Amino acid sequence: MGGSLNANHLSFLAHGALWTVGLSLIALIGGGLAGFVVALARISPVRAVRILAAGYVQLVQGTPLLVIMFLTFFGLPPLGITVSPLAAASVSLTIYVAAYLGEIWRGCIESVPRQQWEAAEGLALSRTQRMAKVILPQAIRIATPPTVGFMVQIIKNTSLASVVGFVELARAGQIINNALFEPFLIYVIVAVVYFALCYPISRLSRVLEAQRGRGRARLSVETA
Amino acid sequence: MQQNAASGAGSAVVSLREVHKSFGPLKVLDGVTFDVARGEVLTIIGRSGSGKSTALRCIDRFETIDAGQIEVCGHKVHDPGLDLRALRQDVGIVFQSYNLFPHLTIEENIVLAPSSVKRIPKAQARKEARAVLAQVGLEDKLHHYPEQLSGGQQQRAAIARSLAMRPKVMLFDEVTSALDPELTGEVLKVIEALAQDGMTMVMVTHEMGFARSIADRVVFMHRGKVHESGTATILTAPTTPELAQFIGTGL
Repeated sequence: MGGSLNANHLSFLAHGALWTVGLSLIALIGGGLAGFVVALARISPVRAVRILAAGYVQLVQGTPLLVIMFLTFFGLPPLGITVSPLAAASVSLTIYVAAYLGEIWRGCIESVPRQQWEAAEGLALSRTQRMAKVILPQAIRIATPPTVGFMVQIIKNTSLASVVGFVELARAGQIINNALFEPFLIYVIVAVVYFALCYPISRLSRVLEAQRGRGRARLSVETA
Repeated sequence: MQQNAASGAGSAVVSLREVHKSFGPLKVLDGVTFDVARGEVLTIIGRSGSGKSTALRCIDRFETIDAGQIEVCGHKVHDPGLDLRALRQDVGIVFQSYNLFPHLTIEENIVLAPSSVKRIPKAQARKEARAVLAQVGLEDKLHHYPEQLSGGQQQRAAIARSLAMRPKVMLFDEVTSALDPELTGEVLKVIEALAQDGMTMVMVTHEMGFARSIADRVVFMHRGKVHESGTATILTAPTTPELAQFIGTGL
């Protein structure tokens, strides 16, 4: 063993980085779909549904993602359910992301002015029509910057999948370091790759935020 | 029209009977009774907090009432089993803050309800949108977004959006309160034209001059009650000191 960092190591890291992106996308899509359901459930006219959704959000937000990962990967096999590292990481991230995106999106839906609901009601639109045609299109505009911003959290949090043995970027760095024992060099490379993934996204989020701010300023001048 | 009014509640399009409504400990409506006959224009005036806007909102069931009866176009509004969407197809409401949908063009704003509620084909709904927009003098704003319009134009577009559902009654909730005098004038002209076409209307307004010229009947609300009502002449010759004082400060 030993030796110095070579192309094979770099290609292994690149492979890990690809899985970081892949896992992030899985978390975004899975968590996004589930989070949409959570957001709608949080504002459901049915009290029981609201309470259930609120309980889910509280529970997940009060639990470290690391523990959710342990639970799915190590906790389920004794119950007779074996899960692969990828499945455990995907499920855990989906559970986690759903709670946060659900809460972010609920806030966005509720920040559409109440008068918009009333105007839609006054036109005899059903609740589903009001939601789909009046409220959600406006909520999506509000939700875009914070959702893109949350993507950064998702990417960074995928590193926790290393604890269940899933080889993404952080775990790939660990494995190479075990062979080369060059922790500073290797983890700097890993950090730079994470930064390269996250920075453009957080920039994009800020640009979107600024655009929205300008749009809102223009609107308030109009209605003043 | 006069005969309709004389023949009583039977022919009334809107009828409130002893309506009571509280927000918590605050009694907002304290036994409100009035009728609106077909083709009649009723204006509701009164101080802020007198219950006038709440009374109007109860007609379209934006507020539920604690006691009493409200009947609108044959719908029993006080009945918990009311078919809300049927009621709202018969009643158009226009708000102080216009409430156009900002993500839709004026045409899309107008077409939305007729096409998704009444299932009118898109092409026909668009044709009707042009017609109602012409009615409020905005046919050139079809493809504009609300934020590109002035306040007065937005309010006229909101009126057109309600008209596109062909309501039997129109409710106006202080629709000119957010507008400067010039823009108020263009909105009032549209409402006046509607009155001349025979639309049944209930208006909450602060425009006394307009109330005097357009109203068939005026209801003055005070402390949650109909304190004085009659033809527009009560605005020039009030019989209660409260109305006299209100008009004195209102002009």
